[in-house]
Amino acid sequence: MKAKVLIRPKDGILDPQGKAVERALPALGFEGVSHVRVGRLVELETDDPDALADLCEKLLANPLIEDYEIELNGGARG
Amino acid sequence: MRFGVLQFPGSCDDRDALEACSRIGEARLVWHEDRDLEGIDVVVVPGGFSYGDYLRAGAIARFAPAMEAVARHAEAGGAVLGICNGFQVLCESGLLPGALLTNESLLFVCRQVDLVVENADTAFTRECRAGDRLSIPVKHQSGRYFAPDSELDALEERGGVVLRYAPGHNPNGSVRDIAGVVNERGNVVGLMPHPEHAVDTLTGSEDGLRLFESAAAFAAGREPTALSA
Repeated sequence: MKAKVLIRPKDGILDPQGKAVERALPALGFEGVSHVRVGRLVELETDDPDALADLCEKLLANPLIEDYEIELNGGARG
Repeated sequence: MRFGVLQFPGSCDDRDALEACSRIGEARLVWHEDRDLEGIDVVVVPGGFSYGDYLRAGAIARFAPAMEAVARHAEAGGAVLGICNGFQVLCESGLLPGALLTNESLLFVCRQVDLVVENADTAFTRECRAGDRLSIPVKHQSGRYFAPDSELDALEERGGVVLRYAPGHNPNGSVRDIAGVVNERGNVVGLMPHPEHAVDTLTGSEDGLRLFESAAAFAAGREPTALSA
């Protein structure tokens, strides 16, 4: 089964990467963009979708600093 | 006194750590697939870019076979020092609290900083006194120490902050100027600055030696542990 895992910095954690992107935008003529946060997307195929949350907690995300969302076959979950 | 310095694919400070340890006692490298720490009193998890630092710094190295042995060594009360990437590995593995985030500036910083010893009762600071200042270099891009406020309060309460950047010396935006922390038992320490690069006045400072001397003094007070897999 195909799955996507979206990993983002937790709310309240300073995301300097997002800030840098945000600061670069006006120079390119893009005004009015704020609250930019940069995360990452992991695509994978798995035989055991039930194990995905555990896999995220142990490796793909660091729960202390990151939130994650799992999307299975186009449908959101967890 | 025997030191073991871990070596992951992508480690780059293993040789300097070996050199630093060799000034205090015997030292050898431990390959990341090796589970055998027999006869080793003090483990150093060195700096670098273990496994390319893919995903997050230290996230993959924590699953190395050698790290299982390090966890057992720590559990048995043995001394473990994580430097820079090694600190990141120890945080990812849960041996130390907190996490290291990208520097607030987004820049790689490489410079000499002053540190203040906050807790002189750990395996790696017992040859220091609280309040001592140490001049030691930093070189990293992901060294911003972070933990939630409630955890930080608990950490400070129990003396978990070992080293703090001196006022004006915080190079990365670490919360509460934290440069190094220790576990509850006092035997596992992690720090972003590099004591192994500060062991000779030829390169500016020998203050880093005191961490390795402390470890030797700590280990001398314990029976060597037999820890084969």
